[in-house]
Amino acid sequence: MTNAILTGLMLGGMYALIAMGLTLQYGVARIMNLSYGEFLIAAAFASHWLFTGWAISPFVGLALVVPLAFVLNFAIYKLLLTPLVRRAPNRDALEVDSILATFGLTFIIQGSMLALFGGAYYSYSFLAFPVQFLGETVAANRLAALGITILLGLALYAALTRTRAGTAVRAVAVDPFAAQLVAINVPQASALTFALGGALVAAAGVLVSTFLTFSASSGVVFTMKALIVVVMGGVGNMLGCLVAGLALGLSEALVASYVDPGLTLAVNFALFLAVLLVKPAGLFGRATR
Amino acid sequence: MTARVAGFGAAALTALALLALVPRLGNAYYLALAISLLQYTVLATAWGMFSGPTRYVSLATTAFFGVGAYTVAVLGEILPWPLVLLIAAALGAIVAGIVGLSTLRLSGVYFVIFTFGLTELIRQLVVWFEVNKSRVLGRYVFVDITQADIYWQLLALTAAVFLLGWLIARSRLGFALRVIGEDETVAKHCGINTTFAKVALFTISATVMTLVGAIMAPRWTYIEPSIAFNSMISFQVLIMALLGGAHRLWGPVLGAVPLTLLFELLSARFPNTFTIILGCIFLLIVYMLPRGVAGLLEKLSTTAGGKTRQRATA
Repeated sequence: MTNAILTGLMLGGMYALIAMGLTLQYGVARIMNLSYGEFLIAAAFASHWLFTGWAISPFVGLALVVPLAFVLNFAIYKLLLTPLVRRAPNRDALEVDSILATFGLTFIIQGSMLALFGGAYYSYSFLAFPVQFLGETVAANRLAALGITILLGLALYAALTRTRAGTAVRAVAVDPFAAQLVAINVPQASALTFALGGALVAAAGVLVSTFLTFSASSGVVFTMKALIVVVMGGVGNMLGCLVAGLALGLSEALVASYVDPGLTLAVNFALFLAVLLVKPAGLFGRATR
Repeated sequence: MTARVAGFGAAALTALALLALVPRLGNAYYLALAISLLQYTVLATAWGMFSGPTRYVSLATTAFFGVGAYTVAVLGEILPWPLVLLIAAALGAIVAGIVGLSTLRLSGVYFVIFTFGLTELIRQLVVWFEVNKSRVLGRYVFVDITQADIYWQLLALTAAVFLLGWLIARSRLGFALRVIGEDETVAKHCGINTTFAKVALFTISATVMTLVGAIMAPRWTYIEPSIAFNSMISFQVLIMALLGGAHRLWGPVLGAVPLTLLFELLSARFPNTFTIILGCIFLLIVYMLPRGVAGLLEKLSTTAGGKTRQRATA
């Protein structure tokens, strides 16, 4: 039982990390990014390549991959998504357009990765030894990833609540129109937040690659889990993201160990629907309208 | 007006009669191509029937297609063919009803997310059931259905879909959906039961997709969940409907026909980079033709009409 709960918490921490970037992209930049998981897998491949080709530890790899992802996502927002933001008459229209555009992007990225790496599953052995933690045996790489996740989460939370830029970002999340009235450069803040979200998902990709096997076509599953966590927790809410991620991880681990590992996705969706039917704005979301 | 409708009807019937003769050409390649064309025409039109007026993007075409195909894989040999089709349609309608009732009451984004995952969810459930309960993964489909039979069934379904779409557009339901598409809050205030209207149309559209899957199933002799639930179909149907313009009943055809031919060509020439090309075409459409070919044609005809009117006044 403790083992299942511990596995669930670690899994949940990973989901929370994966979803943090998306909650920024969707909550602040208002881009419903369906190609989100593909960026995660791309970062995982980058980490794999750095580790096996150049013997660079994934922790050092983070320092290379994350800034690159930031720049890349900034460029994507400026080049691909800004025209859609300009074109959209209201938020709903932007949502539909961004869903469509990023859905197309999904296939471009996935196709590129399939062409480069093929359909095989990849993994590498990094910190793959057992350690004792809270009386249970767990893999060191999972524990290290969890540690970094917690650090990243705390840093992000502090940045959003304690700094001036973070406050501006939260203001845009609440009301992009009113934010302009208090001299916040909304397009700039949106672009930077979108890029920050992209950097976070790249970090998640690098960390995930240390303990999970992945293939060019496994991005969709990550997109889905991130979407579920974001919506369940309440869009744009960091704490909700954490709680929803942990809830998802725990339920998955419990179902996998006591019911059937083949039913994890069904549990995800059941939980998702159950939360939404009770609280349509998510666990920590404020009801709009 | 009635004369125009009668003219359209006559033209449609003639076209239908001519199209029904295609299997008589005796060319297996053209028949296969015609089947693909009809398949995507029906799927894209059914997609547009729901997503066009309501502007709810559904990514679950494959889920329903797969339910139909897999029903045939399980029941095809046991029961007579019309009964199998009926059961497939009923299953599709039930799944759509459940999904619709649980997500269409919420905002559009939740619906998109749910349909995004629905294919994967149903596939996982089917695999779980097959592995644990029935202990067969992958089934052979041996039914006495020829390619020509598939073609005629699809043609009949195409005709039915267009007739249905035309009837819905003229009904109260169609009008209600257009209002919802323009502004859902207004629709609610007009006394429209928005949830019922959306769920009803989603169910109709999904049932048609399920039937396509069931009719197409005999084309494969071997079906396993990964073949039946191939997410590429959702994607291709979405592109076609968008290129054609989903806000008109006849729009998706304008996208389905050229893109089916193009995909046929591309997947043969560039099998490895096909997905990338597909993504690029899709982005081009989203950016260049947001209202599709149908929207472009309408714009051209209105500007042309405007010019003649200007000339007349001048």
